Amino acid sequence: MSDLVVRAEGLRKRFGKTQALDGVDLAMRRGTVLGVLGPNGAGKTTAVRVLATLLRPDEGRAEVAGIDVLKEPARVRRRIGLTGQYASVDEDLTGTQNLVLIGRLLDLTTRDAKKRAAELLEWFDLTEAAGRMAKTYSGGMRRRLDLAASLVGHPEVIFLDEPTTGLDPAKREDMWGVVRTQVTQGSSVLLTTQYLEEADALADEIVVINHGKVIAHDTPDGLKRRVGGLTLSVRPADPAKVPDTLRVLDAVAAPGTSASAETAAGARPGAVSVPVTSDLALDEAVPALRRAGVEVIDFGLHLPSLDEVFHALTEGTPAPAASTKENELV
Amino acid sequence: MTTLDVPTRGFTGDIDRPRGGALAALVRHSVALARRSLIKTLRTPEALIDVTVQPVIFLLLFTYLFGGAIGAGDRGAYLQFLLPGLLAQSLALGGIALGQNLNADIEKGVFDRFRSLPVARSAPLVGAVSADIVRYLTVCVFMLGFGTLMGFRVETGFVPTVAAVALSIGFGLCFCWISVWVGMLVRTPGAVQGVMFLLIFPLSFGSNVFVQTSTLPGWLQAFVSVNPITPLVSTIRGLLIGGPVAHNLTVTLAWMAGLLVVFVPLALRAYARRA
Repeated sequence: MSDLVVRAEGLRKRFGKTQALDGVDLAMRRGTVLGVLGPNGAGKTTAVRVLATLLRPDEGRAEVAGIDVLKEPARVRRRIGLTGQYASVDEDLTGTQNLVLIGRLLDLTTRDAKKRAAELLEWFDLTEAAGRMAKTYSGGMRRRLDLAASLVGHPEVIFLDEPTTGLDPAKREDMWGVVRTQVTQGSSVLLTTQYLEEADALADEIVVINHGKVIAHDTPDGLKRRVGGLTLSVRPADPAKVPDTLRVLDAVAAPGTSASAETAAGARPGAVSVPVTSDLALDEAVPALRRAGVEVIDFGLHLPSLDEVFHALTEGTPAPAASTKENELV
Repeated sequence: MTTLDVPTRGFTGDIDRPRGGALAALVRHSVALARRSLIKTLRTPEALIDVTVQPVIFLLLFTYLFGGAIGAGDRGAYLQFLLPGLLAQSLALGGIALGQNLNADIEKGVFDRFRSLPVARSAPLVGAVSADIVRYLTVCVFMLGFGTLMGFRVETGFVPTVAAVALSIGFGLCFCWISVWVGMLVRTPGAVQGVMFLLIFPLSFGSNVFVQTSTLPGWLQAFVSVNPITPLVSTIRGLLIGGPVAHNLTVTLAWMAGLLVVFVPLALRAYARRA
């Protein structure tokens, strides 16, 4: 039996003129968290809707929990939990009523549904608000109730579409705790996010989607290495010294990478940057630059921002590590 | 958050087999979802204005403002004629809110969750429609109750009155599928109302609700005679104030079946496509 609990191949979906999915492959191993990272409109939500049986793709196939999403959606629905991008709790129902309804729709008896609702409400710190209409809840409480609703049926696979968008940082970390607990209990979680930090904190593997295409699939560390976990950036006073700077910095480059002159618009023109594995590279780089007689007017070490991740992935040089990873999926 | 253990899998038996078969599951899920609609209705009584205050306003307006002119001075006789007709109109208008609510639910994403559950595709719609029974019953109770205060008298008996109420609710349940369908097609709840008014006003005014058909020009009589509201009104009149019922009842039941055959599949298809 395959240990892939989500597996999608060549998903395509078009809405009018927008190609929302343009050949997306996904793979998630059982008992892990897969983070689907991408900007607004990248196709993350569309992909989740296809996997959660809400949307039929124009092309491609997908399996969730080993079951074909297109051929046997009903069986898939018995094994998944979905929390959409917008809290889709019923505002006129109380917390308890919301969860009992889901339980009843999952064919729990009324007694079991009530018991399960009480458990989840307690777990999500909503016991005191259990009898209040959801419209009186704060944003964070609604999110928690929404997440609780997707867990009523002990789903094997949980889809969370931007579960922390709009939450303050403390609430966000609470949510992360919930996700981690689900995984320790044997569920697999596919979550979409716009935050690199969130994917980094939770995901075992990250898929980056842009314009309906998967542009990277890697572990968080692998991804960071590719886009430069740390980047050392040096600007020589004399532009003629750029080749010397390149040579010096190549020596401290992270394995498999090399220094490059930043000529692209919006970058630091005239500067040379290089991915490094740690700040220890400074100890080598500074004396080496001195020895090479390069006078420096700007010198910095920085972490990649999400912008840089996308920049690197969409316009940067192809990264061999990732393409092998992608090939494994097919 | 506490670190309470979440218990393991709650399903018993075959996870892929709904308890009691597909039809039993549809009924069970529809009942659960109808309950949801009823809770919502009870929480927001103002949402019942269209089946309580509004029909009464029509009753007052037509009886006291136009009744003297239309009924040649005999308001009492006109009320006897008018009330069964207004009941039919109120049933048709009473279905609009359903389409609006479903439209809002879909926009809010509430239905996404239902669609991701192992529930028959039709259950959310069937459940919502079933809950509308309460609204149509409310229309009947308010119309007959308030009408009685105004001087309306049932001239037949208890059983025909119950039959009239049952037929009214039944017609409401069939007619509202048009509203459900429109609710799946248009973008906003406001648009549902606009489209439905456009449909219902010609049907209710171009019928025998307010005036005797014989007073109308020939071309309008032709429209009135093919309008489904007409046989419904004639049947309710017969059941409440006397007169032949059999033919009009048959035609009404045929219309109800026709509405279901056409609009249930249209609504379900539009629902499957939406979102």
